[in-house]
Amino acid sequence: MIIPRKKNYKKAFRRYWQLYLMVLPAIIAVFIFHYIPIYGVQIAFRDYRPSKGIWGSAWVGLKYFIRFVNYPNFWRIIKNTLSITLYSLTTFPLAIILALMLNEVRNVKYKKFVQMVSYAPHFVSTVVVCSMVMLFTNYSNGLFNNIRAALGMDRIDIITNPDFFVPIHVWSGVWQGLGWGTIIYIAALSSISTEMIEAARIDGASRLQVIWYVNIPCILPTVVIMLILRMGNLLSVGFEKIFLLQNSLNISASRVISTYVYEVGIGGGQYSYSAAIGLFNNVISVIMVVFTNMIAKKISNVGLW
Amino acid sequence: MPKSRTDRIFDTINNLLLFLLTLAFIYPLYFIVIASVSEPYAVATGKVFYLPEGLSWDAYKNVFENKQIWVGYRNTIFYTVLGTVYNLILTIPAAYTLSKRKLPGRTIIMTFFFITMYFGGGMIPAFLLRKSLNLINTPWVLIINSGVSCWNLIVTRQFFENNIPDDLYEAAEIDGASELGMFFRIALPLSGSILAVMTLFYAVGHWNSYYSALLYVNKQKYYPLQLVLRNILISNQNTMATIDTLSIDADALAVAAQRAYIAEAMKYAVIFIASAPLLIAYPFVQKYFVKGVMTGSIKG
Repeated sequence: MIIPRKKNYKKAFRRYWQLYLMVLPAIIAVFIFHYIPIYGVQIAFRDYRPSKGIWGSAWVGLKYFIRFVNYPNFWRIIKNTLSITLYSLTTFPLAIILALMLNEVRNVKYKKFVQMVSYAPHFVSTVVVCSMVMLFTNYSNGLFNNIRAALGMDRIDIITNPDFFVPIHVWSGVWQGLGWGTIIYIAALSSISTEMIEAARIDGASRLQVIWYVNIPCILPTVVIMLILRMGNLLSVGFEKIFLLQNSLNISASRVISTYVYEVGIGGGQYSYSAAIGLFNNVISVIMVVFTNMIAKKISNVGLW
Repeated sequence: MPKSRTDRIFDTINNLLLFLLTLAFIYPLYFIVIASVSEPYAVATGKVFYLPEGLSWDAYKNVFENKQIWVGYRNTIFYTVLGTVYNLILTIPAAYTLSKRKLPGRTIIMTFFFITMYFGGGMIPAFLLRKSLNLINTPWVLIINSGVSCWNLIVTRQFFENNIPDDLYEAAEIDGASELGMFFRIALPLSGSILAVMTLFYAVGHWNSYYSALLYVNKQKYYPLQLVLRNILISNQNTMATIDTLSIDADALAVAAQRAYIAEAMKYAVIFIASAPLLIAYPFVQKYFVKGVMTGSIKG
């Protein structure tokens, strides 16, 4: 083993300075816009006053974390957040199923066509997806209610009903992300050797058996990785979509951690409290990733690190 | 291998299900298009399902008369072009450097970027940083940010590692080329496809983003398209509801109703105008981005 000495680094720098120079702008930008805010997270432990700045504000320890846990709606917010992420976790296998189905299509042109169409919603913005949800579910003139009316069913109010909030959020997300989500599995499926599949076929395996005993085991590592990443997001529901779909009538189901951070931080100007909630969320997410990674490694020997 | 009967049944069912799914993906978008060109009244009363009903361009006329939309459109083009260029200038050379296995300190630099995928300061510290840099309420806040998505950096690095043979670099080194020279003369000319993918990924991000603008910009003249859309499409939900409360004579009511129907139809037209550029562009770059995601995922 070679132990690098200072001199070696000097030599390396002299030799590769142009390479270091090329990565420098990215390092600076990420440092400023990513690392400085991480450092600034200490306001969660301080009583931040804009006039005093971050360093001038007094330390208050865990005051704001305790305040959040004691907040009367604390459990409701946690429950809302979890019910959205857990519900959407149940849709996790859909992209795998779609990828397996696409993988079985023999007609290349048809396959390409289905793929291309399935990617389209990914390029539609969140604002547009949410507007479409609202336009379509409008009580008196939305497409969904018009179809119900045409079929002789009653019109129903959806966007203002807390009970429908989670399904609406999750299924519009499925529409938007399903096709795009298959790409990674299709890539994994395309790396399975055709010999293995042909051998299974010659041994008399049916198409479904090939999928079950060859294709799925082969893409399992990819599936596990995607699942670990997903678990890390169990407490972080994206802010953007919830915020757009939120209204005063469905707030009991739609107030989640990230929208609450916005409410008290940007809306209410309580910077320290809001930063504490954000940090709470981030820490739990990281713990979740580490924990899932540990379990995944024990069970399947696949992990992120 | 000859197709057996069960094979044919399998294929038929599979293809049929995929066809239905395709319909589910495309129909909402298709409906937006036909609703935007239909007679507003026909849309509101639920007569439009398969084809446009009584062609009308009122909705589009309304959109063209709306200044806010065009200001937003212009701003978004500006943010998207400058922002994407900024992203590419940061990402591509960085990825090239990180693709050099021999480079001392490569792992440390990579870890530096990796960490950003899991840890962040969160909404408030990010806001305060921009405030202290005096970026709030300027157009620059929507262009200059961290500039590097770790995921895109990995995909690009992977591309350089897998697609540019080391022999080329070695030959150039013997000829006395510098690292910068190799980047510009060897790596860049061979990376058209990854440049296309990264341009698309970053541009889509800029075009569709409203989060930064919502947090950091509250001057209307700097609003990007998505924020204008949000104000038109989501904040004024009650164009229809307001008529019911008006107790005015029948004629005025009819006029008000007609105006409200057009306002509703306008929403479909706005959605179409805002989404069309990306929906028209992506199929052309599609074969590249699928490859892009694949090169990135092979390592995973």
